[in-house]
Amino acid sequence: MIDAKFSRRAMIGAGAAGLGGLLLAGCDRLSNSPKFQSFVGSAEDLTFPAQRALLAGQPLAREFPASMISPVFKSNGTSMPGSPAYKAMLERGFADFHLAIGGLVHRPTRFSFDELKAMPARTQITRHDCVEGWSAIGQWTGAPLARLLATVGLMPQARYAVFYCADDMDGSTDGSGQYYESIDLFDAFHPQTILAYGLNGKPLDAAHGAPLRLRVERQLGYKMAKYVMHIQLVDAVHAIKGGKGGYWEDRGYEWYAGI
Amino acid sequence: MPTDATIGSNPAPAPSSRRAGRQVIYRHSRAVRVTHWVNVVLISMLLMSGLQIFNAHPRLYWGAYGADADHPWLELTALKPDSDQPVGVARLGHLQFKTDGVLGVSKGAQGKFTQRGFPRWTTLPNDQDLATGRRWHFFLVWLFVANGLVYLVFGALNGHFRRDLAPTGDQIKPRNILRSIGDHIRLKHPRGEEAKSYNVLQKLTYLIVIFIILPLMVITGLTMSPGMDAAAPWLLSLLGGRQSARSVHFITANLIVLFVIVHVVEVFLAGVWNEIRSMITGRYVIEAEEKP
Repeated sequence: MIDAKFSRRAMIGAGAAGLGGLLLAGCDRLSNSPKFQSFVGSAEDLTFPAQRALLAGQPLAREFPASMISPVFKSNGTSMPGSPAYKAMLERGFADFHLAIGGLVHRPTRFSFDELKAMPARTQITRHDCVEGWSAIGQWTGAPLARLLATVGLMPQARYAVFYCADDMDGSTDGSGQYYESIDLFDAFHPQTILAYGLNGKPLDAAHGAPLRLRVERQLGYKMAKYVMHIQLVDAVHAIKGGKGGYWEDRGYEWYAGI
Repeated sequence: MPTDATIGSNPAPAPSSRRAGRQVIYRHSRAVRVTHWVNVVLISMLLMSGLQIFNAHPRLYWGAYGADADHPWLELTALKPDSDQPVGVARLGHLQFKTDGVLGVSKGAQGKFTQRGFPRWTTLPNDQDLATGRRWHFFLVWLFVANGLVYLVFGALNGHFRRDLAPTGDQIKPRNILRSIGDHIRLKHPRGEEAKSYNVLQKLTYLIVIFIILPLMVITGLTMSPGMDAAAPWLLSLLGGRQSARSVHFITANLIVLFVIVHVVEVFLAGVWNEIRSMITGRYVIEAEEKP
């Protein structure tokens, strides 16, 4: 009786301790398995539609009074693209910069920087949330993307806008580290989705993404690509670069960065 | 197996309780037992993946915004971060504590001391990997919410909340609360009839954890989502801004850890095998009251 009791206790104890240890060590190992990563990542199939359902009415992100602007707006990721071409553009104040919009559009167009700035602009004081956890509030001024898309005219197959940027995150020469991002039309036509050229009442500086930085206010910072050079309208993103729709997405982050 | 039987219900047949005054009762319903152990796994892993996410920016602020140039109320960082011998410190307001080796600076995978909020043995995954930490966290939280809903539905339907957790009118009297506090300080555990139900501090603690802390954990998690904030801005206003929500999320996580520590200590003090068995099989042994 005592033996039986002892062994049962020992079993429970050893079982619990063993299970705990295995669980934690196992989870770390599982984290490195691509198959399991994609299994755990499948929760995104629930998170994404849940968030989209909440946003079905296309609410605006909160806008703040000027008194709440962060004294310093943190610059993260690239603060100065390394290419000579970019530096030359920066020196000339982007006077000869053109934003090209192409792909699945009826009228591929190159917009000069002056043309973009001459368009009706939107100014919004919003909170920028980095995936790392910090937030900064800033006043952004730019051209609404919806208006640019209306100008070029989307073909019926167009589903995503892909933003190609001037910065190479890894300093690669083959373009493998080139920053890029994509959003779908749900966000592309949102009134707060703008290509910003002004921050806090001043021309956008290099550290924050000059000449153009995408603002997608209901998502995390990494979706808001800096140094936007051209935009392609596509029907799918899986054939582009890593196939996940963005620089950070190709490195394991969610395509839909709503949380 | 009886489905309505929980704490204080009629004694189940107890063939082993031959000793006089020893009684076996059916203490925890199956729903409570299953959701309890599922929670043990989920909360451990949520905590560890949460620390991984925290480590991406190991500073906490109050208000709507907060980044490097702003003043944190809590910070895990390193003195001489770029030197060969960084020193880990935790800063709480204006206080600074040397926490080298654990917080701020700890051993990396290759045994080299590196700057890191929480050490690698506390995070999921162990190495600095925000993307994977987030995947785990958002995967686990769906299960946590589902498990919590199962518990809440069963708890409401089978009378668990009303019968086991709601303090009785007698228990809630200040005199009896004071007496219960005294019992806890003297580590005195009830026997006999009194051991069949939770004491008042226990009930209040469970109620606070179940109906305040855990829901607050989920709500503050949700309000860190910029999408959620556009859909329900009032929720974030209630919490005082996104960085406040992140701080409250961290504080409630710590309160859960504190609760678990006290909970486990009490399990050991009250009789570890009896307590653990009751949460596995449901059966709990009541020892006879000590005669004066």
